[in-house]
Amino acid sequence: MIDYALPNERGHFGMFGGRYVPETLMQPVLELEIEYEKAKKDPEFQAEVKRLLEEYVGRDTPLFFAENLTKHSGGAKIYLKREDLNHTGAHKINNAIGQALLAVRMGKRKIVAETGAGQHGVATATVCALLKLDCIVFMGEEDVKRQALNVFRMELLGAKVVSVKSGSATLKDAVNEALRYWVANADDTHYLLGSVMGPHPFPMMVRDFQSVIGNETREQILEREGKLPEAVVACIGGGSNSMGMFYPFIGDTDVKLYGVEAAGRGIDTPYHAASLTKGRPGVVHGSLMYLLQNEDGQIQEAHSVSAGLDYPGVGPEHSYLKDAGRVIYDSITDEQALSAFQLLAQLEGIIPALESAHAVAFALEQAAKMKETETLIICLSGRGDKDVDTVRSIIKRGESQ
Amino acid sequence: MNRIQETFKQLKENGQKAFVPYIMAGDGGLGCLADRLLTLEKFGASLIEVGIPFSDPVADGPVIQQAGIRALANSVSLRDVIVELKRTKGNISVPILFMTYLNPILSYGVERFAEDIREAGIDGCIIPDLPVEEEDIIAPLLEKANVELIRLVTLATPPERIEMISQKGNGFLYTVTVKGITGTRKEYQSGIGEFLEEVKRLSAIPVLAGFGVSNEEQARELASFCDGVVVGSRIVELFIKNDLQGIEKLVSSLHKETMI
Ligand SMILES: Cc1ncc(COP(=O)(O)O)c(C=O)c1O
Repeated sequence: MIDYALPNERGHFGMFGGRYVPETLMQPVLELEIEYEKAKKDPEFQAEVKRLLEEYVGRDTPLFFAENLTKHSGGAKIYLKREDLNHTGAHKINNAIGQALLAVRMGKRKIVAETGAGQHGVATATVCALLKLDCIVFMGEEDVKRQALNVFRMELLGAKVVSVKSGSATLKDAVNEALRYWVANADDTHYLLGSVMGPHPFPMMVRDFQSVIGNETREQILEREGKLPEAVVACIGGGSNSMGMFYPFIGDTDVKLYGVEAAGRGIDTPYHAASLTKGRPGVVHGSLMYLLQNEDGQIQEAHSVSAGLDYPGVGPEHSYLKDAGRVIYDSITDEQALSAFQLLAQLEGIIPALESAHAVAFALEQAAKMKETETLIICLSGRGDKDVDTVRSIIKRGESQ
Repeated sequence: MNRIQETFKQLKENGQKAFVPYIMAGDGGLGCLADRLLTLEKFGASLIEVGIPFSDPVADGPVIQQAGIRALANSVSLRDVIVELKRTKGNISVPILFMTYLNPILSYGVERFAEDIREAGIDGCIIPDLPVEEEDIIAPLLEKANVELIRLVTLATPPERIEMISQKGNGFLYTVTVKGITGTRKEYQSGIGEFLEEVKRLSAIPVLAGFGVSNEEQARELASFCDGVVVGSRIVELFIKNDLQGIEKLVSSLHKETMI
């Protein structure tokens, strides 16, 4: 066991994190930090979060022993933490519920959010419908085209989706635009950030809201196996499902933690999203973290078949955990993820999100190297309905070649 | 006394307000930077802000965003701008300030940055995504190199904080006069005059108003409450149109003879 108590009071994880925001946002982030600390200690607030997670989201999510997958890999027992069974189909709603209730507590009835694939946007729009909050979602023009169905979903839920044309017109630009909107509207608007990134207290707060994943998992595996797992695997976009899964295990140094980034077409090509593997520390979106950037410090575009991993940075806590050596980070290519996507469907009858398929692909290799008496848990962060079209067209293209 | 302080002392003695135009380095090609600086000095700029292009300028509106994109399309980097200014150093005599986001500096190396910009004759540096809480990452190095870190306060900054921030600096206090990002505005929210006067009362150093200043009338009005104005997006627009007359009119709007 090690003691782990980060971030410090300035929101730093070692050299990472912090609050690198324009002065106009300092008041809102300081206020948010104070209100969040109060809410965290308020049993009534915690009870309301718990109630919605149980009655609305459908928690606890099951920990499923994937027997067929285990046999296939021929090593460690593989368990799946079924975040795909949450309402709206991914872990994103755990955080959306927490932050939306916090906004209500702060008297803010307007919510702004960014989204890439649309999963966080849909989760946010959903909770805003439930709590009667105004919702505006910024989404890169490219993603609006690629994820038309999720745009329609958000609109059905009553959200306003704004297509962002600036910069590369993808997730990073949607974050820029959401931040600009927040700068101008912080008086009555809460920025519901979707991952463990951005200025303090977001990385800490989003981690805390997502920790329900790891806390449940820890209890469930102890009950089933009578011991902690040897390995835990999760995919990394901004880093929220992984941070939520890892956090309750950080002190258990015997549990190996594996974060899986998107290697896209390969980490030796320009087309990947492996910020920890190939990036350098830098500042964007309010935080010091590993970033894909050129030699002049210009942020580069990320590439992955999975839109949810398509972000050139990674949360500050992951950046710290990499340097500290507590989490091992590796990457999986588009091709490997696509195979794992199909394999899980065939072997277990579960179609995973393409993001989660990265974790599955890595876990299969890892489990094969482990003993049969050992256990490995995969955070299955979301379901794959949203990706079926993408995968179908890729498979078709492959067959016609 | 550094050159920024000298400039404000001089202005004060002459009963003048400061007009600080902003241009994006590399917009129109790096080749026209020195020329534009000369033009602005000739028209009466008191100090000049030189913007460094960045891929993700969260504090900027569309005009400066687009200028940055054009500069990046010309492959202009922080390094190039420093080299160019070093080459043309001595051509102009008004103080020059860098306006740059933090990441290009981190990538360049903070220590080397402080030394190199001093050598290139840069007098101060504005870093819009560096609040005072995080400034230790670079402030001591800039101080050592005798480059002034210009700090910002905004409409959302409470009085105690304005006072605390103003006490850290020796140059001027950059007061953001809108709740929002850079870009021209038709009008300011009411009470802007009182706010600037309050900042003046709280600040130990000169106070400049910036963000959104779009024409001569606004410049004169805002300047009447403080020590001068910074004008960005409008100057950038006028340079794109090559409207030198318009620039001259705007930059000279605070000259005594036009201030009737
Ligand atoms: C199903 C799923 N998994 C993972 C991610 C990646 O985000 P994070 O790393 O914050 O969990 C996303 C993002 O959209 C997602 O939809």
